[in-house]
Amino acid sequence: MPWGTGFVRRPLLRHVVAIAFVVLLVAAVLAPIVSLLVIALGSDAAIWGHLAAYVLPSALAQTIGLLLGVAAITTIAGVGTAWLVTAYRFPLRDTLAWLLPLPLAIPTYIVAYIYADLLDAAGPIQSGLRAAFGWRTPHDYWFPEIRSLGGAIFVMGFVLYPYVYLSARAMFQMQSASLTEVARTLGATPWRLARHVALPLARPALAVGLSLALMETLNDIGASEYLGVRTLTISIYTTWLNRSDLPAAAQIACVMLIAVMALIALERYGRGNRRFFVSERQPRLVVPMTLAGGTGWAAGAACALPVIIGFVIPAGFLLHEVARRGLLVGFDPDLLRHTASTIALSAAATAVAIALGLGVAICVRLVRRPFMTALLTLAGIGYAVPGTVLALGLLSPLVAVDDAINAGARALGFAGPGLIVAGSGAALVIAYVTRFLTIATGSMQAGLGRISTHIDDAARTLGARSQELVRRVHMPLLRPALGGAALLVFVDCLKELPATLMLRPLNVETLPTYIYQFATRGSFEEGALAALLIIAVGVIPIIRMVRYADLDIGGTQRRKPSAGA
Amino acid sequence: MTLRLRTRALTAMAAALAATTVMSSHAQAAEEVNVYSYREAKLIAPLFAAFTKETGVKVNVISASSGLEQRIKSEGANSPADVLLTVDIARLQDAEKAGVTAPLKSETIDKTVPAQYRDPNGHWTGISMRARVLYVSKDRVQQDAFTYEELADPKWKGKICVRSGQHPYNNALFAAYVVHHGEAEAEKWLTALKANLAQKPSGGDREVARDILAGKCDIGLGNSYYWALMHDKDADKKAWADATKVILPTFKDGGTHVNLSGVVLAKHAPNKANAIKLIEWLAGDTAQHLYADTNYEYPVKAGIAVNPTIAGYGALKPDTAPLAKIADQKKTAANLVDKVGFDN
Repeated sequence: MPWGTGFVRRPLLRHVVAIAFVVLLVAAVLAPIVSLLVIALGSDAAIWGHLAAYVLPSALAQTIGLLLGVAAITTIAGVGTAWLVTAYRFPLRDTLAWLLPLPLAIPTYIVAYIYADLLDAAGPIQSGLRAAFGWRTPHDYWFPEIRSLGGAIFVMGFVLYPYVYLSARAMFQMQSASLTEVARTLGATPWRLARHVALPLARPALAVGLSLALMETLNDIGASEYLGVRTLTISIYTTWLNRSDLPAAAQIACVMLIAVMALIALERYGRGNRRFFVSERQPRLVVPMTLAGGTGWAAGAACALPVIIGFVIPAGFLLHEVARRGLLVGFDPDLLRHTASTIALSAAATAVAIALGLGVAICVRLVRRPFMTALLTLAGIGYAVPGTVLALGLLSPLVAVDDAINAGARALGFAGPGLIVAGSGAALVIAYVTRFLTIATGSMQAGLGRISTHIDDAARTLGARSQELVRRVHMPLLRPALGGAALLVFVDCLKELPATLMLRPLNVETLPTYIYQFATRGSFEEGALAALLIIAVGVIPIIRMVRYADLDIGGTQRRKPSAGA
Repeated sequence: MTLRLRTRALTAMAAALAATTVMSSHAQAAEEVNVYSYREAKLIAPLFAAFTKETGVKVNVISASSGLEQRIKSEGANSPADVLLTVDIARLQDAEKAGVTAPLKSETIDKTVPAQYRDPNGHWTGISMRARVLYVSKDRVQQDAFTYEELADPKWKGKICVRSGQHPYNNALFAAYVVHHGEAEAEKWLTALKANLAQKPSGGDREVARDILAGKCDIGLGNSYYWALMHDKDADKKAWADATKVILPTFKDGGTHVNLSGVVLAKHAPNKANAIKLIEWLAGDTAQHLYADTNYEYPVKAGIAVNPTIAGYGALKPDTAPLAKIADQKKTAANLVDKVGFDN
């Protein structure tokens, strides 16, 4: 590949369209960040003395603790289960393979409420223990405190591990079997095989999945606040709302953003230029080995545990609440409308995000210059700021567009149409795309990264033009990555709360904002049915995608029926 | 995925895209009023339904928990907002400072709403009140009267539960403490209160009652309506309320801390007449009764009876420290909470 690049390096001028497209898109994505910077300049730096003395030491410690804890759980649960279901056959494996991503469909703060309800001192478990052992008060025994940093790590870790699971599984599945087989032939133990072959190869995908999970963690507000964890994001809110100092809040947000971008850059740098391609000829896939007897059941149990904690228990709790409260009998007819709005907004945003993400990734691939990769990273910046902050930053640019439209209309002698962008569903679609674009670009880039550039070069040599190369070579090979990215973006849009709260049009509710009304009044259980609707809408594409991805494996197995075991 | 399926998916997505652009908030048609609300849309729906029934004016709502005054400010002259409804004095004041309010001149409001609950220049008006009260264990606390100051007494060490000191409800109470006693005394009080906490601040107001039921603590701070809602409206949580009783604490030199939910007339209100109609209606008898009975709040209008459950707490003697002054001290209170490590 090093001299492959030089071979077809074409003059930049030939790629004017591609470069212009990427630059324009990045400019659009940066608009809210720029407007945030402008807000941040509206105040002196007075707040930093106070923050440095009283807030940052504990907020930093809590934030770092939370991130490390969530990183540990998501990596162990995500990578571990992905490796087990890809490399081995064991009882319930096929079922678990599609159950494992399901925690994605439940909003994190709902799971936090549910576990606090189940596990705190007044909850059924501790009450049962007290009754069984004759303890009178919680002071008579020790029980882990769910409303704590540890509790938050537990909840977020088991809700967010699917980000890692999905990217790790996609990577493990695409890895050429030859490396694994060579390692096995050379007598590598399963542990060494995972550590020295599979994991290093999967690192780029892991970095994508893990950074998504960690940014979700960093930007969370609902679960952290309820569980009593004071993160940096919470201090942004406090500064904004209690000190009525939006500029200072914007300053903190900007500093956090810089830190996040630096970490991402550091990971990229650490990964360096190592790239791993799928074999160009026939990507034979790893043939799963059968784990027999107790080992097999242990593997099954290990994979079932995250599903049970992250999905089965929360979903069961919600079902129970729906039944007990008669939410189905007293069905709120508005819910159907809210479900339709949620799906429409999410689907629209997904379509736009995937189209743009694909476009950017392909342009970067065609131009093949480092500055394009840097632009691609910048295009994902929206995910690195808390949703409310992003929404605040988006307000001014959106209204500026509206003002221009209105001025134009008046100049032509029409009445101004008002806020047709900032005041309509378009604002939400733009917010979702800005926020989740990184998922699309990241997955597309990872997907394209697995296609060797030699293939491009070969196609070029055979006279293929850019469009042909994309249409006839890249697109067919990208289909699994496309499906995965679309799923993640769609489910993330379904769950999006903070930006939706601030930007939605009059009389429009989505399922998350509907639930939130009850949650802020301290009775989230009344939103249980709406939460189940989010899960139901999210589960369908998750199952579809997992099945679709697994078709490949079936094919391989048919081709090589005797290779396993 | 077959080609047919893909086409279908594309069609569906295009339809979705079209649908979202139709979702327009631009509502300036005949008889309408657009409300930006910090109160949850579902919970004020009965109120607005009654208004529409009485006046024929349709109410369009968006509700959020923060950022609405920034939204109105950014929207500028084209903002569809007519009325901003808040649940906290700080938001009323922020709206005024953001320059998104218009002075409301209304004899009806001046007559109904006591002067201490509205801005002298008409930029905001209180509609209903909530008190910051104590939930105390029925079994373990015998005392029937409390001052806020007393919560810092070392005899309650390890007995008190509270949500985050930065939550707007606590922030306003702590700001009121600063107004009464000054910053230095407030810092001492917060330090001592922190030392009395049974656990790190977390959860919400209802969890305070829940933790008392479980025996984690004996005394907690909560808003007046939460207890009534648990007691009357939520069979599940009745046990939480039943484990506790409500005490209306007072400042040593004052009354019980109350916060306002109020309204603001938007500067660029496109339906100004209807906005004023709505604001006056909210201060009128029908709405005030609804506030008292469905939301369990204290009506701001004199002569409207509070809900019987709320009346059971005893007679409310609202603190007389001006709310605008309390709002001015919110920043100080927030800084003190950081300084004493209240939430750590």
